[in-house]
Amino acid sequence: MSDHGSSALQEEIEKAAGRPERLIHVLRRVQETVGFISPESEALVADRLGVPIGRVHGVVTFYHLFYTSPRGRHIVRLCQGTACHVGGSHRILTAIEDRLGITPGETSDDLAVTLETVACLGACALSPVMVVDEVYHGLLTPEDAVAIVDRTLEEDG
Amino acid sequence: MTERISTRGQLDALKARHLERLAAVKQRITVCNGTGCRACGGVEVKDALIASLACRGLSERVHVMPTGCQGYCQRGPLVTIEPSAIFYHGVKPEDADRIVVETIEGGQLVDDLLLEDPITGERVPHHDDVRFYTGQRRIVFALNGKIDPTSIGDYIAHDGYQALAKALLDMSPDSIVDEVLRAGLRGRGGAGFPTGRKWRFTRDAAGDVKYVVCNADEGDPGAFMDRSLIEATPHAVLEGMLIAARAIGACDAHIYVRAEYPLAVEHIRIAIDQARELGFIGDDVFGTGFSIDVHVMEGAGAFVCGEETALLQSIEGKRGMPRPRPPFPAQSGLWGCPTNLNNVETYANVPPIVLQGADWYAGIGTETSKGTKIFSLTGKVANNGLVEVPMGTTLRHIIFDVGGGMRDGRPFKAAQLGGPSGGCLPTELLDVPIDYESLGEHGAIMGSGGVIVLDDTTCMVNVARFFLDFTASESCGKCVPCRVGIPTMRDILIRITEGEGELEDLERLRELAELVKRSALCALGQTAPNPVLSTLRYFEDEYRAHIVDRVCPSGVCEALAPPYTIDPDVCKACDACAKACPTGAAQGMPGDPPYIIDQASCIRCGACLDACPFGAVRKGVPA
Repeated sequence: MSDHGSSALQEEIEKAAGRPERLIHVLRRVQETVGFISPESEALVADRLGVPIGRVHGVVTFYHLFYTSPRGRHIVRLCQGTACHVGGSHRILTAIEDRLGITPGETSDDLAVTLETVACLGACALSPVMVVDEVYHGLLTPEDAVAIVDRTLEEDG
Repeated sequence: MTERISTRGQLDALKARHLERLAAVKQRITVCNGTGCRACGGVEVKDALIASLACRGLSERVHVMPTGCQGYCQRGPLVTIEPSAIFYHGVKPEDADRIVVETIEGGQLVDDLLLEDPITGERVPHHDDVRFYTGQRRIVFALNGKIDPTSIGDYIAHDGYQALAKALLDMSPDSIVDEVLRAGLRGRGGAGFPTGRKWRFTRDAAGDVKYVVCNADEGDPGAFMDRSLIEATPHAVLEGMLIAARAIGACDAHIYVRAEYPLAVEHIRIAIDQARELGFIGDDVFGTGFSIDVHVMEGAGAFVCGEETALLQSIEGKRGMPRPRPPFPAQSGLWGCPTNLNNVETYANVPPIVLQGADWYAGIGTETSKGTKIFSLTGKVANNGLVEVPMGTTLRHIIFDVGGGMRDGRPFKAAQLGGPSGGCLPTELLDVPIDYESLGEHGAIMGSGGVIVLDDTTCMVNVARFFLDFTASESCGKCVPCRVGIPTMRDILIRITEGEGELEDLERLRELAELVKRSALCALGQTAPNPVLSTLRYFEDEYRAHIVDRVCPSGVCEALAPPYTIDPDVCKACDACAKACPTGAAQGMPGDPPYIIDQASCIRCGACLDACPFGAVRKGVPA
């Protein structure tokens, strides 16, 4: 909860007070600051915006980009769009699952990494594609993908 | 020193100033910095070129310009040297010095950075001779790669905001609507509804407050033209929205962008700020009394929000659940007010129509479908990227001319058009002129324009299952046909791909598909069965092979994959297959051919097939 004290976030929430249409926007800012959306965050946002808490929870669980539990320090997002699928992305997924020991949607126990799949990243001409911490990697083989994940985790030491 | 533009004279003067600024630079190196090229190091290439020019004292004479996505992402990063239009592809930061020394200073070509034509095999030195571009007709994409997307000055130099000036100063709102109607522009988001009619409905709807909304929630996997347009020419999309706002009488506009497109979000925000500074957004635009504000809304990851009623719910801060129509958004949209909703590519078509006239525009395309369409060409084709061609162009032209033919010389099997709502067209239909009607007739749809080329290594049952996996997980759950019908069809497909299908399944699939199509609430559910129906229509033999012969002819479905073997006459015992094999099934002694594959431990993953440099690994029993 203390993170809600961040003045920038506090300001965003106050600016949206009584404006239910700002709900998705505010939830995004909460998540950017806190990392995920806890029941406490939901209650706070519901109260300030004047929206029933059920509706806040409904929105949080409807959209893929809202998370209700803490995520890893690194985010590996593997594209499963059509071009990537046809280009063999399932083999990349298997290789990364084997390497990390987690399945899509899961976070490693040490909170180092979260694995996600995404429907399309719009970089189809480079399929198969993976985004690690907002950096795109294209034309991947399973070996490339595992090497990139390894490098990312090594940087943590 | 921001000046406000409120007359055409001021706009023309500003244009002249920017033309002069651009002309003062003798040589220009453009570097594609779209999402695709960034993935391959485009930003680093741009920085290396700037550094290399600086340390040779050339920064004054030669400018480096980052551009938005040029659509040929597969060959990126792309570098073009103006004015001679020398075209380099796949450039790496370490190539920067060679480009500066050999091409800029020495006037020579760097041979290994030139593109090789996929058909003739010859090197192509100039951008304008690249097959991928020569086979296109770029109207909406005209400025892609020619301007810096974060510079409103570049856009103005190329006639930017002249269409807005014309619409506001020379035309009445009614005549703008008529012009778009006469041009024959149809919605580029999928359904192809005439844009002018939509504008007319919204204009005629009762109400003082009206809205313009741009649907940039490009969710179809395999389509990325909207991303490219916003990244490369955000002002063109914005100008189209402003003209629409004037035409229908709106004072507020929203653009709903996928959060998965961070660069597009950044560029449209910059464009809005710049347009506001110059007075194209705000009060009393061009001194006409027209006032407008534009807002950006970032999505939060839900495919169904591409559906118009769902998108509007999402802008209002709610769950993106579709609602029945009528009332259509034109009567009751955002906050219950009349709302005009078009997609990115549709709006980007508007400035050229206003500027060059409906007659010019209506001269391009087919009887019922006017103008050009951007297709995102991906899959097993040599050239992957964005292709803008007149409506009525054949798939053969797109795939075998612009696309440079099939990758690795494999046989064409089908093209999947229109994403999860679309269908697969087989070889026999390669010569059908593509427009909204012809595609519908053959079981596909224009959709957002995704074209995914499939070869003999793609299993059509698996493709259908892939799309249903997608639509099942993206269904919002509001109506039963979609929520229950799609997973039921998917489960049947899973059974078939796992070797447990029965012939009755084909009839069950057809029946369910028709039912869901007729009864689902919104377009997501109504079109979700299309991939099943079209693969059944053209590739029923593949379904039968899975069910009757218990074989997946393309070897994709692991449970039904034909065995892998090694041709003893071709094997060189290089050990590549054994190194790649995850289970140790590929076995032998290095240097002592042949290797063999132990069928008991083989999991049919195909790693050995990819690894063998001699083509010795065969799928299926050797002849």
